[in-house]
Amino acid sequence: MDGGSLVSELLIERLNYCIYVILLLIGLWAMLAKRNLVKKLIGMSIFQTAIILFYVSIAVKKDATIPIYLAEHDPHGSHAQESADQNTTGNQESSQGPVALQPETVKGYANPLPHVLMLTAIVVGVATLGLALALTQRIYQGYGTIEEDELLDKLDRADERASVSPLIREKRNEQRREANQRARARAAGGLVAKGKQKAQPKRTSPRSSVDEEKPEPKK
Amino acid sequence: MGLEIFNTFILLLLVVAAVTSLWVKDLLVSAVVFGVYSFLMCLLWAEMGAVDVAFTEATVGAGISTVVLVATVFHLRRKSND
Amino acid sequence: MKLFSLIPVLAIGALLLWAGQDFPKWGDLASPASKSSVSSHFIAKTGVDTEVPNMVTAVLADYRGFDTMFETVVVFIAGTAVIAILRGSSIGRPRRKDHEVEAEPDLIVTNTVRLIVPVIQIFAFYVLAHGHVSPGGGFQGGVLMGASFILIALSWDLEKAMARFPIERCLFVAAMGIVLYGGIGLLSMLLGGEFLDYAELEKIFPVSRGMARYYAILGVEIGVGFTVASIMFVLYANLASEGRLKEGL
Repeated sequence: MDGGSLVSELLIERLNYCIYVILLLIGLWAMLAKRNLVKKLIGMSIFQTAIILFYVSIAVKKDATIPIYLAEHDPHGSHAQESADQNTTGNQESSQGPVALQPETVKGYANPLPHVLMLTAIVVGVATLGLALALTQRIYQGYGTIEEDELLDKLDRADERASVSPLIREKRNEQRREANQRARARAAGGLVAKGKQKAQPKRTSPRSSVDEEKPEPKK
Repeated sequence: MGLEIFNTFILLLLVVAAVTSLWVKDLLVSAVVFGVYSFLMCLLWAEMGAVDVAFTEATVGAGISTVVLVATVFHLRRKSND
Repeated sequence: MKLFSLIPVLAIGALLLWAGQDFPKWGDLASPASKSSVSSHFIAKTGVDTEVPNMVTAVLADYRGFDTMFETVVVFIAGTAVIAILRGSSIGRPRRKDHEVEAEPDLIVTNTVRLIVPVIQIFAFYVLAHGHVSPGGGFQGGVLMGASFILIALSWDLEKAMARFPIERCLFVAAMGIVLYGGIGLLSMLLGGEFLDYAELEKIFPVSRGMARYYAILGVEIGVGFTVASIMFVLYANLASEGRLKEGL
């Protein structure tokens, strides 16, 4: 099969299937590439409806009616009533109730099975959409954003703070204790030049660590 | 023939609605355009003979899911970065 | 990232379009889905087995009763999960944003809604009960019923709707819907059939086997309608108020 006939086959005879594939790809792309969580969920719904559309379209039969019995096949319709009346007047055929349809009439009705499958899928789809939106609201409450990149940044920063802080806190407490001791010694008046030299580098270090840490939450 | 033209027209509109609802930066607009998408889908299914599915989509997809999306966007930031 | 994610998307698209040549022609009578004996059995025998004119309703609630039952359970679980996720999550957060103002419910809107809501609810019952002969059934009727409560919550405020349908009652009604569904299934099991084999109900009701299934489908659809209606309202009430269950939008 050469390229031209392939394209014409797809675009002219099976345009519907092409559009389903395009819708599916739009949904898939949105789920992968969009950073906003609500956009991702809309993409998920588009993906879902594309699949439902495909299922419904394979249930279509040419020149077929909807999957509800016409009046002449309806078990409780006027026709059934008539045949019941005929029964009482002594007609031998159709002795009781409705009859199974012939294969010829079966062709006149659309296929009900995909409709049933998709009907429940839609309702379950909205329930899961609601659940996902609840999770989105919770994320927004916790982090103040629903953009994925900002969210990852915030998570990274929170991780950093959580992993670094116990060490720094311990060191700082130690240094503060030492500084207090020195200050007390100084206040007592027993200040010697030797101790001053020793204390100098130590005193700068707590300050610098505090300075390093201070701007971090503001980032 | 008329039905086929109708079918093709709705299908193209569907693609437009799907792209628009993902394109716009305002999430409220996005939610409402998604409701439009659902109604177009419902129209297409009714045309295909799936009346029950169309009815469900009209009530659930276009009704409840749009309302739920709008209710969520109300509590979030309306603007989206992409 | 965006360009990178285009690669798998385009690859899948090319594969699907390539496979598209093998799809059956539009409306082909000999396509695998239409030719299968299952679907032709459903079309031919639904009238005999269940006497329901709408094949979709019959297949939904009777032939595929298990499927629908557990789909209903999924909806119920989703509703309870939303409550569990959002409950108490917004304690200590400002109730209103800065730019919002308190406003009384609009007179015209509330009076119109007062007229419309009973009509919507009657239509919901009609859709639920008329699902045997026309498009409709438990899912659609239930969603319409839930939508009427959402309309009340939108036009007044959430408290007005919650006064009519508190969250505990929602969950109770939703659970009752599943119990009704499973109860009909169990009843037919106790009467000697299999689970959800409604035809056995003819032993206790004065109807034929077909009509027993007809009425059992109605009962099952009512169960589905209960669950779906209350869970749809639960979804809206929780999402619109961030789990606070008052004030709302």
